[in-house]
Amino acid sequence: MSFDPSRDYPLGSTRPELVRTPGGIPLDELSLHGERVEASELRATPETLRLQADVARAAGRSQLADNLLRASELAGLPDETILEIYTALRPGRSTAAELEGWAEQLESRAATTSAAFVREAARVYAKRGLLAG
Amino acid sequence: MPADRRSERFVAREQRELRRELLIEPLAELGLVAMNGPNDPEPSLVIEDGRVVELDGRPEHEWDALDHFVVANGLDLEVAQEAATLADETIARMLVDVDVPRADLVRLSRGLTPARLARVIAMLDPVELMFALKKLRARRAPANQAHVTNLKENPALLAADAAEAAARGFAEIETTVGVSRYAPLNALAILVGSQTGRPGVMTQCAVEERLNLRLAIAGLVTYAETLSVYGTERVFVDGDDTPWSKAFLASAYASRGVKVRFTSGGGSEALMGESEGKSMLYLEARCLALVRAAGSQGVQNGSISCVALVLAVPGGTREVLAENVLAAWLDLEVASGNDAISSHSAIRKTAKLMGQFLPGTDFVTSGYSSMPRYDNMFGGGNYDSDDLDEWLTIQRDWQVDAGIEPLDEESALAVRERAARAIQAVFDAFGFPPVTEEEVRLATTCLDSRDLPDRDRAADVVAADRVLAEGLSALDVARALDERGFPEVAAAVFDMQRHRVAADYLQTSAIIAADGTVVSAVNDENRYTGPGTGYRLEGERWERLQRLPYAIDARLLGAAQGAASPVEVLGPAARGESADEVVIAVGPAFGAALSETINGLAHGDVLAELAAGVREEGGVPRIVRITRSSDVAFIGHDGARLSGSGIAVGLQSKGTALIHRADLEPLDNLELFGMAPSLTLASYRQIGRNAAGYALGHAVAPVPTVLDNFARAKLIVRTTLLHARETAEVVRGGEPVELMLGAVVATTAS
Repeated sequence: MSFDPSRDYPLGSTRPELVRTPGGIPLDELSLHGERVEASELRATPETLRLQADVARAAGRSQLADNLLRASELAGLPDETILEIYTALRPGRSTAAELEGWAEQLESRAATTSAAFVREAARVYAKRGLLAG
Repeated sequence: MPADRRSERFVAREQRELRRELLIEPLAELGLVAMNGPNDPEPSLVIEDGRVVELDGRPEHEWDALDHFVVANGLDLEVAQEAATLADETIARMLVDVDVPRADLVRLSRGLTPARLARVIAMLDPVELMFALKKLRARRAPANQAHVTNLKENPALLAADAAEAAARGFAEIETTVGVSRYAPLNALAILVGSQTGRPGVMTQCAVEERLNLRLAIAGLVTYAETLSVYGTERVFVDGDDTPWSKAFLASAYASRGVKVRFTSGGGSEALMGESEGKSMLYLEARCLALVRAAGSQGVQNGSISCVALVLAVPGGTREVLAENVLAAWLDLEVASGNDAISSHSAIRKTAKLMGQFLPGTDFVTSGYSSMPRYDNMFGGGNYDSDDLDEWLTIQRDWQVDAGIEPLDEESALAVRERAARAIQAVFDAFGFPPVTEEEVRLATTCLDSRDLPDRDRAADVVAADRVLAEGLSALDVARALDERGFPEVAAAVFDMQRHRVAADYLQTSAIIAADGTVVSAVNDENRYTGPGTGYRLEGERWERLQRLPYAIDARLLGAAQGAASPVEVLGPAARGESADEVVIAVGPAFGAALSETINGLAHGDVLAELAAGVREEGGVPRIVRITRSSDVAFIGHDGARLSGSGIAVGLQSKGTALIHRADLEPLDNLELFGMAPSLTLASYRQIGRNAAGYALGHAVAPVPTVLDNFARAKLIVRTTLLHARETAEVVRGGEPVELMLGAVVATTAS
């Protein structure tokens, strides 16, 4: 059965078969005593976050959906990379070229929404004196 | 004021708590104006070729970063064109029109600029704001959030307090740290405690972002509300952020399974000296437009930590409420403040609270201090554990659900001890510095952390470092709990990890019910459209919230207390002949169905004192029971008509007395002692003396009575129940009967 974002929420109770851990364990098979259960398995996958973005969009929340879409793109990135990009977006930290560099890196990891978001920031930072230097 | 000419009443008022605060006149240039400030821009939105070229009076080249962000991410231009055709008054009316559904208003908000939002919301008066808030709240049912901290950062106490808060129904629990290296231990204690108290409670530890993300990745926390935004670019940049950095951080949190709520609130820009002369409400409207544009599911606002500054200016309380309404209108989850101390005055503080308490918000407070204020490390504790009974009683008074449930002492002790033992087990399993038996015992029963022994803080910090260094996670916590006899807590901790996998709680206004169901504005949205719709406190939930541990069974109060009767019935009472006779006429239940007065004087003792007083003054007492009325006037008057002297003392079972004379109208009297609770045995003796004085024609000074203005509030329930018991004994048309004071009390008469 295909996913209906306006009916299938909460995913965890309504469509558990659509939810898996990063290592592929179905939600219903996830138990404290399960063999393959490790801490790294206990987080949302990019796919699940994308389904949540669909749920938000179906509920009329386009910005929340965009946020969850960015989250789905970032889910696979290492913590340090994410924190580096966050720091780069803080005022006066980056040149236009450095922000463009981050945008390209994000693009190379299929994080297109996030990349566009960084480029949008770079354009405004240039106008508002929020770039480094 | 010259010291020799002061009004003592003014002097007394100056000593009140309220006067410790400064109230100021509006000062727009410093941003110290609540709403409709003289420098607030005229709303405008100019669109050319499908692009916004002017926002709230500013052409594109004058936009600051916030304007750019809102235009790029936060405006629906199609809706904006519809909104342009509507007058401000029309939109304001729609907000309070019960027939305009929330969804229509939320849609409309997507086309309104910050200045327009502020202007429209400022048109609503306080009651209209409350109504709009009730209608616009995102989630159907309100909830609440607790703060749990203690100055010693004692893990057993943190766990015990979190458990009690969870058992009291708080949907979220927030902690923080004094020393930031403690964060992993505090987060761990709150997680274990909360899941002991009620499975599904979400937790957070307010610390710096990097650390917070690591706690989230370890599964030790599930939400964050530390993302502050401000209404001017200057304050934003001073806070070392931009709208894009904050929005990116929000996405980063979401990518790690953290539910995020931004923080904003009136007065912060003025406090930081960069308000640009704009009103608090306008700047908050900019914040909220930005928060939605950033894709946050919600916000904590309503001034938050600057609330005392907002309340210093005229209309401050209304402004704070308007902020909450605006956030709800923008379809954001609202945690509506009431956490920082808003006033020294309990009256003023609670008057402010009602704006959120009565309509209900997603979280009525963004942190109710569930422990004593002494241990609150948020600089808060607007309401704390001492105020819980008041909060519960006010919920019961208004039949309103403000998110806290009653909990009896035994249950509180049980859940606290269980949580303290659970964290003790986890510490033991991880080889952390032990939680001692004494700590468990005191964490269960103490007032605050001063009652607990000091821990080896250096050793605790080493343990905290180990959590991150060794990658200890919520899964390890669950396993340790499971192995050491806490399977139900283990299951709850593990279920929180399953929730992280499904990520359902990232949706707007999400909380997790005790049965594990995620409840949010998606699957349980507020569809209030007038009486009989939306969330109403009724049924089982109302039963639960009204049954307070300190409410009593009314039937027990009025029942006979089982004492032996101090009087014997001799037979029908006739009119006396002797001129020195004073009748003591008692009510139908006296010394029978009831045996003591409202303040616990035994009926036999009261009668003995009255009789002794009559004799002391030279009269002869005679006791009768009036059976046809429970009214003290008729009891007394009937007694007077039976009395040889025409004088009688009328006495109700609850102790109310009067002295009556046969020729007076029944509702008149010689002396009335309505304040039964303040009457002592000596008072009754004096009443007896006075009655005999009237009978014998002596000069009589009225019996002194004490005025207690609180007696009614304190005793009106008891009065009602005792009187009902007496009235139940009334025999319609019943004749008076002669009584004799029995031997039972002879020894107590002095």
